[in-house]
Amino acid sequence: MTDQAYNFAYLDEQTKRMIRRAILKGVAVPGYQVPFASREMPMPYGWGTGGVQVSAACLTPDDTLKVIDQGADDTTNAVSIRKFFEKTAEVAVTEKTSEASVIQTRHRIPEEPLTEDQILVYQVPIPEPLRFLEPSEVETRKMHSLEEYGLMYVKLYEDISRHGEIATAYAYPVKVEDRYVMDPSPIPKFDNPKMESAALQLFGAGREQRIYAVPPYTKVVSLDFEDHPFDPSKAPHPCALCGAEDSYLDEVITDDRGGRMFVCSDTDFCAGRRAAGFTGEMTNTRPAPVDTEAMA
Amino acid sequence: MQTAVLDGGLVDPARDAAFAFRAALDALSRPGTIRQIDGAEAPAPCSPAAATMIVTLCDPTTPLYVAPSHDNEALREWITFQTGAPFAAAIDAVFAIGTWDALAPLGAYAGGTPAYPDRSATLIVEVPVLEAKGAVLAGPGIETKAQLNLPEVDAFQANRAQFPLGLDFFFTYGNRVAGLPRSTRVTEG
Amino acid sequence: MYVAVKGGERAIDNAHAWLAEERRGDTDIAEMSIAQIREQLALAVDRVMAEGSLYDPDLAALAIKQARGDMIEAVFLIRAYRTTLPRFGASAPIDTGAMACDRRISATFKDLPGGQVLGPTFDYTHRLLDFALAAEGLEPSEAPEAAADMADLPHVTDFLAQEDLIQREPEGSDTPRDLTREPLDFPTDRPLRLQALSRGDEGFVLSMAYSTQRGYGRNHPFVGELRTGKVAVEMDIPELGFAIEIGEAVVTECETVNQFTGSKTEPPQFTRGYGLTFGHCERKAISMALVDRAMRWAELGEDNVGAPAQDEEFVLYHADNVQASGFLEHIKLPHYVDFQSELELIRRLRADAMAGQHQEAAE
Repeated sequence: MTDQAYNFAYLDEQTKRMIRRAILKGVAVPGYQVPFASREMPMPYGWGTGGVQVSAACLTPDDTLKVIDQGADDTTNAVSIRKFFEKTAEVAVTEKTSEASVIQTRHRIPEEPLTEDQILVYQVPIPEPLRFLEPSEVETRKMHSLEEYGLMYVKLYEDISRHGEIATAYAYPVKVEDRYVMDPSPIPKFDNPKMESAALQLFGAGREQRIYAVPPYTKVVSLDFEDHPFDPSKAPHPCALCGAEDSYLDEVITDDRGGRMFVCSDTDFCAGRRAAGFTGEMTNTRPAPVDTEAMA
Repeated sequence: MQTAVLDGGLVDPARDAAFAFRAALDALSRPGTIRQIDGAEAPAPCSPAAATMIVTLCDPTTPLYVAPSHDNEALREWITFQTGAPFAAAIDAVFAIGTWDALAPLGAYAGGTPAYPDRSATLIVEVPVLEAKGAVLAGPGIETKAQLNLPEVDAFQANRAQFPLGLDFFFTYGNRVAGLPRSTRVTEG
Repeated sequence: MYVAVKGGERAIDNAHAWLAEERRGDTDIAEMSIAQIREQLALAVDRVMAEGSLYDPDLAALAIKQARGDMIEAVFLIRAYRTTLPRFGASAPIDTGAMACDRRISATFKDLPGGQVLGPTFDYTHRLLDFALAAEGLEPSEAPEAAADMADLPHVTDFLAQEDLIQREPEGSDTPRDLTREPLDFPTDRPLRLQALSRGDEGFVLSMAYSTQRGYGRNHPFVGELRTGKVAVEMDIPELGFAIEIGEAVVTECETVNQFTGSKTEPPQFTRGYGLTFGHCERKAISMALVDRAMRWAELGEDNVGAPAQDEEFVLYHADNVQASGFLEHIKLPHYVDFQSELELIRRLRADAMAGQHQEAAE
């Protein structure tokens, strides 16, 4: 059911054409941030307006959409965005990574490898990887055009001299196709290797008015040094529910005496493993009913 | 007004354009793959694929160059009615439509600036045949290698040499489209 | 025992229901009508129209009601509505010289043709709470009326321009770029900066202007003129071949007369700052004129002293309260994935550092 008061996928056709042209240029120049005339959306800037505009420009009525925030389908903002597209774009929705043709994400890449038939749309807060080193847009644009990324390497090297390693745990910068340094959005660096993918990856930054892309099988290298190679490692725990050793974990505080457990951040991945019979150390504790009224 | 001008637009503009864009996006993201794209019918010699590309991507904000192979009154009127895109010389064009020979030389088009490589033309090239053989393609969007019957190789190598500047291409034939972004490395097949 | 947080959808629905209830407040108290807000909270309506970039007092009043009086939320509602509207065309530039002024003052001349018209201003009120207003039902005493002077009020800066004492602004026939339809791109031109300031947050623009007065890019402004009133909005109709009036809008305009410049080739002249807003928003219009003037340093051959108000990137990227509040408030959203990655990093760095200290102690 679409809401007849608005156009298919909410945006008017001229806006969609403008966004579509920007997406195509982004695909043609991987990692380069294409300026686009971002619109005010019915959700606030900073809450996924860039990703929503990119998704709106890409979705067809044949699509199946999955929306995740922090790897989970049932986080409130993911629920809100999924509902928005169910209402405005007639799409089917799913929580299963493998069933989705378009996945909009905030802060994670699904654990399950993506396929050629999928598009991953990232919500991006600050698309400029050099922004925290140089606040001026005029200057950072110059640096990209001259491929002058010395400042970034100096910053990373200062980390090493102070801490013994690169102290960037998320939004870890990458170089795309040996040309542009790109912000992968605030995904944990654990996810960086997944950016060399069979799927098309599109990035939308609404407030900052930028769209960029990483086409399938594009070379994406996390910045590092020969003597300090990039290390995507995560905490050495298995998931307490499904036992996975190779997935990114959320740390959940279970009591006020230092008790904690680690569970998969990718809720679909974890549920799939449990359905397949995998177990973790807390699998057999019986869940209590959830009081949703209290959450409002 | 002639009915030919009024006819041939997208029947369901929002949904048809969404399908058409996805075909174009897929084609450009995976150079060498050939996708079906249709919905619009323009006066000859414009193919349905090229007509659909034009109505999906062009509007009053995108100057369009119509190369001599396609430069006729009926097609111009159709484009004006369906899109409102202003006609422009090659150097000012955001999009261009024509056969390979008619569009040449590539130096006539804007290839972007170092600060804004996106400010470059996209060429919609009408070809007599479209198949996944011939020139060998490698680069973003291609796992190992792909093939496409490009009209020549040198021009695309020269275009790639300008990366990140350069032109981007769609090849259209009948109701099919293939894409070739500036990032693709092309060698003789 | 661990239970993953579920049920986001129901929680959202319940929150919305509760919000609607709170918005209405005590149902024993009469509900406010849109007309009441439009008529009695007119300056709030004007601010929402100015920063929302949409001239529609009823919709602005609705937005204020829906937003429970949260002005930035109301501006956001108007912006989100505005962006869905089709564009039929652009109006002709409004002629503020032909404004039916409710208020028109100049700080640079004691008297001038058309006179000083105070209009409905707070300026000389004593800010004492009027407890009589708390008792409802009192009708205000009628304000005395004079016959309207239908003659156009000339702009004060025109008098200075007659003597070439103030810079003339080049008249451009080009349609300015539209900030809401094109991405922001630096360096900008003045029409674009003025658009951004006109819809910028009043508090932000005020603070920027104030900072110039306190020395961060001082430009010695005089309020050459401040005027508020109705102007006709006209639009060219190609089929007719001439412009017709499509409506009226209340706007506030401020022109400042600023420090002069001069060089060997050019005799000294005063310079200008300009502010224009929808509705009656004079604090905003004056602030806008000061910040406009500050950002013109390069064009007028002045030094960039590094003041925030001189930095167009700083001002334009941070003036918009819908952008700013959205991004600020997004940190309420879950960030536990990123936090987790930092947590792991800091634990590891601490462990390494502690091991290093033990090592040193042992040696």
